Amino acid sequence: MRRWLVFSIFLVWAAGLATIPAFLSFGHPAASDMDTYFIENGQAQAAANNIVTSIVFDFRGFDTLGESVVLFCAVTGVGLVLREMREGEERGDE
Amino acid sequence: MSKVVRTGASILSPFIVVFGFYVIVHGHLTPGGGFQGGAVVATAAALVLVAFGREEFGGMLKKSTFSAQESIGLLLFAGAGILGLLAGMPFFANVLANSGLLFGTPVPSGPNPGDMNTAGVIPVMNIAVGVEVWGGLALVLLYMLSRVPAAGGER
Repeated sequence: MRRWLVFSIFLVWAAGLATIPAFLSFGHPAASDMDTYFIENGQAQAAANNIVTSIVFDFRGFDTLGESVVLFCAVTGVGLVLREMREGEERGDE
Repeated sequence: MSKVVRTGASILSPFIVVFGFYVIVHGHLTPGGGFQGGAVVATAAALVLVAFGREEFGGMLKKSTFSAQESIGLLLFAGAGILGLLAGMPFFANVLANSGLLFGTPVPSGPNPGDMNTAGVIPVMNIAVGVEVWGGLALVLLYMLSRVPAAGGER
């Protein structure tokens, strides 16, 4: 009984998800000011042919700096957990 | 590992490293960039580590080398951002673009084949991020491999 309830809910959800492209026009966003600006001015201001890279490293450079800091902190955490013990030092979890 | 795996790794790993450097350096012309190219180069390091182990590459694959590489990459990236402040412009401003100096050739509008000497400070940031990602991922691999018992039974 419960399995059929879950299955019917999933069917309703999947049917709703499948009918979304029939009512929404794909490729025409409602607010297109930002991406039109990037496409028209990316080559002139950032001087790069790759618009994606010009957005990631020039228009949104501060965001990418935060991304790099996240990677650095992740590697530091792995090194903190898995480092080699010094002489005479014992692990606390064993 | 067996002789087949070691021979394959020794043949394939230089090509993987060269392809990763290509993805990093051409980040402003082709798909890819610093993060993707660094991951490709770290894949070559993973292949060598799995095939040979750490003992045969003790001088090349040390933890201190990769740790210094990671820190230097992050400092280079932040320094490329501070370069805009030194020129009296906002933080992370593209001071080298359209200037005629290093990486300063202007780009014509519309579709064009592209030039390596363009995009201002973006290639510098790509190389810095590539060095950082390569060092970081290889350092994670080395740390996790140091916890695996070796063939002799010791870590």
